[in-house]
Amino acid sequence: MSTPFQVVVCASVVPDPLQTLEPITGPTGPALKNEMMLPAILDPWAAHALYEGANLVKKVAGSSLWLVSMAPKAKLQQVMMTVAQKVPLQLVAVDGPSSGFADAQQTATALAAAIRNISGIDLSKVLLFGGWESASRSAGVTLQLVGEELGMVDQFQGVDAITPKDDGSFEVLERIEGTRHQVSLCAGAPAVLGWATGSLGEPQNNPQVGMANMRTIMPALQKAVAAKITSDGLQYSNVATPKQQRETRIVKDVPANEIANEIVQWIQQE
Amino acid sequence: MEVDIACVGFGPAMGGFLTTLSRKLLNDDGTPAIESASMPGMPLQVICYERADDIGFGVSGVVTRARGIRATFPQLDPTQIPMAAPVSSEKLVYLLDPTGASRRSLALRASDRFLKTFRRVLPVKHDALELPFTPAFLHKKDGLVLSIGQFNQWVGSQLISSGTVQIWPGMPVSEALIENKRVLGVRLLDQGVDKSGNPEAGFTPGMDIHAALTVVGDGPVGAVSRDIDRRVGLPEGNDVREWAVGMKFVIELRPDVNLQPGTVLHTFGFPEPEMFGFFYVHPGNVASVGIFVPSWFDCPTRTAYRYLQHYIQHPYLWRYLAGGKLRSWGAKSLQESGRRGEPFLAGDGYARIGESSGSTNVLTGSGVDEAWTTGTLLAEGVLELLQAGKPFTRENLAQAYEQRRRSSWLEKESRVAEKSRDGFQSGVVTGLIGMAVAAFSNGRLSLGGHPDKPTERLASLAEFYRGKFTQHEITAIQQDCAVHGTSAHDPLMDLCGWPAIQFDGTLLVSHQDVLLMGGKVQAAGGYADHVVFRDLELCRGCGNKLCVEMCSGQAITRSLEGVPIFDREKCVFCGACMWNCPETVNGETNLQFRAGVGGLHSAEN
Repeated sequence: MSTPFQVVVCASVVPDPLQTLEPITGPTGPALKNEMMLPAILDPWAAHALYEGANLVKKVAGSSLWLVSMAPKAKLQQVMMTVAQKVPLQLVAVDGPSSGFADAQQTATALAAAIRNISGIDLSKVLLFGGWESASRSAGVTLQLVGEELGMVDQFQGVDAITPKDDGSFEVLERIEGTRHQVSLCAGAPAVLGWATGSLGEPQNNPQVGMANMRTIMPALQKAVAAKITSDGLQYSNVATPKQQRETRIVKDVPANEIANEIVQWIQQE
Repeated sequence: MEVDIACVGFGPAMGGFLTTLSRKLLNDDGTPAIESASMPGMPLQVICYERADDIGFGVSGVVTRARGIRATFPQLDPTQIPMAAPVSSEKLVYLLDPTGASRRSLALRASDRFLKTFRRVLPVKHDALELPFTPAFLHKKDGLVLSIGQFNQWVGSQLISSGTVQIWPGMPVSEALIENKRVLGVRLLDQGVDKSGNPEAGFTPGMDIHAALTVVGDGPVGAVSRDIDRRVGLPEGNDVREWAVGMKFVIELRPDVNLQPGTVLHTFGFPEPEMFGFFYVHPGNVASVGIFVPSWFDCPTRTAYRYLQHYIQHPYLWRYLAGGKLRSWGAKSLQESGRRGEPFLAGDGYARIGESSGSTNVLTGSGVDEAWTTGTLLAEGVLELLQAGKPFTRENLAQAYEQRRRSSWLEKESRVAEKSRDGFQSGVVTGLIGMAVAAFSNGRLSLGGHPDKPTERLASLAEFYRGKFTQHEITAIQQDCAVHGTSAHDPLMDLCGWPAIQFDGTLLVSHQDVLLMGGKVQAAGGYADHVVFRDLELCRGCGNKLCVEMCSGQAITRSLEGVPIFDREKCVFCGACMWNCPETVNGETNLQFRAGVGGLHSAEN
């Protein structure tokens, strides 16, 4: 029988795809214009981590799943209206910024502190899941730093699969060059797994899961601890959205090669 | 699954209902005030299922007198609601036609000529006449300019924080569970199906949610409202015949545009005389600008987006909007039948609130506050019944809710508005006069007769464009559109003299671009198409294909086979296709508009 895991997923929130993002300078540094107005979703890579974590917990009896999320409380509450319908989870809420401009070290310290404070947590049994980078700034370092703060030296990034064995060990597939995976065997928890897409689709919305989750999510949000995030020691020399140019055409019955050639020519234009 | 109260749809009506209800569900010490009958020992289980992927994805103008909203929130501070502002100024503006393409009656053409001739002595500037007054029935003095998306988000956030009710977005309700005209609850939409609704791997049938009370507030084209209307029927003589599509942009204004937040402009006259328009200024130098395309605009290729682009380029508005940046776009249908379209407001196990219960007032041009008020009135009645331990029967709900509604300002004003728009069945000038007559006689007098159904009044393309194009030319245009999968309104409007839209990629963008740049339209997989054509032969025989022309998102296109093609990923759920379908099958429109997922992903409309 497999050793139960304590799966802790770190996931923040990011603006819903296609939203118009505009960096501005606020009193504490760069920020996103109208960030609180923008609809938000769970950070996509981390969301995959959550679904994979829930799947693992279902497969390995006695395992538990926590979602540790740092975001403005009101935003997190709104995102939970969707996420809570997906998989059973226990929320640990940290009230803090999610714009992507917060210092990764400070963020990691806040998350690590929240994890240490989880009632019943045993760090020796923890599998720390998250996205291998966020969709906010894509620094790709926060999860590693959380792991280091918690003393977790076995770290995997770009994970697409985890297969538990009966003796508590597990096999991990990590993405490498050439669309291949590196296969590793880890002796057991604790470990850090920064997920890519995994292999599971987004779970369907389940009203029963939602109702069950809501019993713990609301109290968790009310108990959210404010994270100590400052802009001390951090300076952004420049913040800009990627340049983009758009042209939309609708065509019918045009061969794919012709469309591809036209797109290539368009890209090559100055 | 068993709950106590199942709610369908989250908009202003449901916001009013849940806010009023939730305030009385906890005692002062935080213990539940009312125990659940569906889960003994637990608090009352009140669950709201919303179709859209987020509660902030609604569409509306909005300018509102906010009487009902302020009654609920006496200390309301607009600065707490993003994009909200108190109304600071209000004007009614008649827009002349700068293009020469607008179809105007003799009377309107004569008055335009008069205005242009005497523009030096009359207050005619920028091809517009600012009227020296705003009629009392239209004014929104002391009101609010809002974004409905941000307002719904603000209300929803407070509701969720209270912990007393649950709101689940991305959870469409397919139909009501009805037995012998008693509503037992609702059924959620099947998941894990292909576009035709056939189960695939991961199929999950829609869960049945049983509830002692089902509150239906799913908007003017909601699937559950229409399902109940179809199976329970409407009161004798009532019918929903008057509709409009409202379409809007949210535009970031140029920095040098110094319009005060709360500036309100009501317009009429352009792009077509039948189209009313609006321009509301939010804080942060942002404006909501839009038009209404009504069902009594008899053009057989009527459409909204192209007209909206012409509207914003009218010189009177373009002086503010030129150089602006598109932030958001959206569209919705408005149910404009008011009292005449009222369903049974309550029955055994259910109650109706909001726009689908006929609350929109077309005389005052307002719906949000009216919808909100229907929700608060129902909540007061429901609390009365819960506290008395009475069941949610038709009789009890009639006494607790319907009577409240009938004795409210809502009812009084809806009676005044009931026939106020009938004059538009005969023409724009008659319609405007009719509105004034109805307003000043408090609804006792009206012009015009009972409205026709939206598609009964339409002429054929050849008749409408007689003198401009021959049938042969029209047929050639339609065939070309079928080959390219495009709408006929663009080439026809071009040939009628409407200037081509000069896309700038920032504010003036193609219809396809606006879906992504403005509405951020998306749709998840695993669900069936929600627009279904029952009898394809009827579609083949349909000359106008108004569903294609009126589709707000170009989600419905022509095909060479004569059968419309629906692309779910472009649909914004405005429902215009449904009320523009002229064909019926067994008493229902040939175009079936069902529950579905996806749509707008902008929270700024």
